[in-house]
Amino acid sequence: MIKVFRAFVQKEWYHIIRDKRTLLILFGMPVAQVLLFGYAISTEFKGAQVDILDYANDDSSTQLIHHLQSSGHFTLNTILASEQEMEKGFKEGTTKLVVVIPEDFDNDLYKGQEITIQLITDGSDPNNANTLLQYATTMLDDFRLEKLQRESALFQIQVEQRMLYNPQLASAYTFIPGTIALILLIVCAMLTSLTIAREKELGTMEILLVSPLPPLLIILGKVTPYAVLAFLDAVLILLLGYFIFKVPVLGSVLLLLFCCLLYVLVGLSLGTLISTRSSSQQQAMMSSLMGLMMPSLILSGFLFPLSSMPKILQFIGQIIPATYFIEILKGIMLRGVGLQFIYSEVLVLLGMVMILLAFTWKNFNVRLQ
Amino acid sequence: MKTLRHLIQKEFIQIFRNKAILPMMTLMPIVQLILLSNAASNEVKQVNIVVVDQDQSESSRLLNRKIIANDRFKLISTAFNSGNALGYLQANTADIVLEIPHNFEKHYLRGENPKLQMLVNAINGQNATVGSGYLNAIIGSFNAEILPVSAPLVPTTARLNVASRNWYNPELDYKHFMAPGILAELTALLTIVLSAMNVVRERELGTIEQINVTPIKKWQFIVGKLVPFLCVGMVLLTVGIIVSKLLFDIPIRGTIGLIFGYAIFNLIAVLGLGLLISNFADTQQQAIFVAFFFIMIFVLMCGLFTPIESMPKWAQYLTIPNPLAHIISVSRKVLMKGSGLWDIRWEFVYTILLAIVFNTLAIWSYKKQQ
Repeated sequence: MIKVFRAFVQKEWYHIIRDKRTLLILFGMPVAQVLLFGYAISTEFKGAQVDILDYANDDSSTQLIHHLQSSGHFTLNTILASEQEMEKGFKEGTTKLVVVIPEDFDNDLYKGQEITIQLITDGSDPNNANTLLQYATTMLDDFRLEKLQRESALFQIQVEQRMLYNPQLASAYTFIPGTIALILLIVCAMLTSLTIAREKELGTMEILLVSPLPPLLIILGKVTPYAVLAFLDAVLILLLGYFIFKVPVLGSVLLLLFCCLLYVLVGLSLGTLISTRSSSQQQAMMSSLMGLMMPSLILSGFLFPLSSMPKILQFIGQIIPATYFIEILKGIMLRGVGLQFIYSEVLVLLGMVMILLAFTWKNFNVRLQ
Repeated sequence: MKTLRHLIQKEFIQIFRNKAILPMMTLMPIVQLILLSNAASNEVKQVNIVVVDQDQSESSRLLNRKIIANDRFKLISTAFNSGNALGYLQANTADIVLEIPHNFEKHYLRGENPKLQMLVNAINGQNATVGSGYLNAIIGSFNAEILPVSAPLVPTTARLNVASRNWYNPELDYKHFMAPGILAELTALLTIVLSAMNVVRERELGTIEQINVTPIKKWQFIVGKLVPFLCVGMVLLTVGIIVSKLLFDIPIRGTIGLIFGYAIFNLIAVLGLGLLISNFADTQQQAIFVAFFFIMIFVLMCGLFTPIESMPKWAQYLTIPNPLAHIISVSRKVLMKGSGLWDIRWEFVYTILLAIVFNTLAIWSYKKQQ
């Protein structure tokens, strides 16, 4: 039996290796994604273009303008001369934020008057507008505190702020775990569902079913190479993250690999389930693309915080395996925690494997129609 | 012309008789549109906080109450020592731990400057900055509130108010921003998958040989494949805009015809790419993989989720051959800002160029003889 199984895995292995395009997905995709996230895409912004309308034109306002640029988040685009010029920058898309400094800024600041600084954003991109507002407000607050400290430091509460786990606020700390979760799902769920659907479509599945191999072994033989490849992918991404982007693995590597295995199992059972329900590759592709990939990309807390979503989407997010897996990865890799902190997520993944396997078992047709 | 009509007719029959694919072309994208538009927001609405109050004074309790009263903060627990609190960060149940030191009130009233300690879970850098920003603002206003009467009224009380206005979308409604982009993306995604798998399916099933022996011209064959999917894409776009208008009440400031006019060119470009991929693949699986590779890169680089402006310059140039980036930009500009033809001229030029390049290559690479 073992020998037959080995031969079967070997056949599957040849299928994968001889097709360059499969290798493109298997190894080109993770590398491309990590590099894109690392070098090209970023949710944080640097050097957002800012226009400033400075009615005051005094020492303090000049200092404020310098202060805004000091963080590297904002770069000065133009100093506007009048309110009429504001809209031009927005329409052309050259500016994202206009800061209006009122007259007598210097005087009012020292007299302790209330000063209103206007921030005007291009609201057509709310994500950007919101973050810009937050950053600008924080910077204005800093500016005020700095001024105060120079004057008199009585009755001021100070806040000592420490950014734990990721002091440099590197975005790699979020995208490396996210990419691992996504790639493993692609390899395990999408590729397996496609390869089984392909055998069905070409009719070779029927040949396999009438062979003396038990159906369970056929499925196992089909998914084993993908499980191995998925593992290789996970290690590849971890290495890329470690060597290029300095993303550490603080916790136990063994635990990490065990959790990867668990997630691979979830992916494989999802893939088999999809393939039992679809009769053609087109269908399998559509179901895994629309039903698995997109939700995992968006509802897993990878790109957008889950807690900001409507209740029903949070619920859907909680039945997506990637949500738990990303939590586990962040825990082990970045916070360096052991099993006692992530056991609930691990249990959820285990439960998912059980349920999915049971479903697949029920749906798998051994007999020909 | 008659040949072409029959080819298109055949293609339509094949689309409509496939009962498994039909709902995926119509229902799935609309469901996705509704789900994703609601999900895609970078706003940080909930920050889980643990307050370690070692002072237990009136002021510390007031600060505590002020934090709870803010609906962005959710108090997970109040711990008594910082060791416990760190556990909450480790377990990821808390985003921020605020520590009020012993004798905080006493020091404060003495006119010293006591220090609060804020520990932030910074794995997601952006959320950490925004969350700690909220908390700093609360502490700032708390500070202003409890200033004792005896405090010298020196310039320290100078207050910087921030008045913010958001143009084009005053309430910062994310759905208005995301829905047009997601719709554009889904349409492009669907058409590229369908077209990439189409020709190669004929090759896999062997029906392409039958077409090859007929006097059908190469361009007729490609156009025959293009038109039906173009129609599918346009129908999806129309339904999607109607759904977004009804459900999310997205603004339609520009001329709707401009969007449709542009979408035709964009879909032709996308379909050309799909057919090109299809021509170079021997099996559907290969076509899917190559298409998927491109889709993934297109989606990540199209400016839908992350602004193109925050990419480095070289990456911004890389978005030029990405048809998705153009259609998302156009749909947002026209719908939200009411831009006219002149404002989107570059998108038009690039897309038409892409359409010509992709389709010429598609016709050229389709070989009737092996």
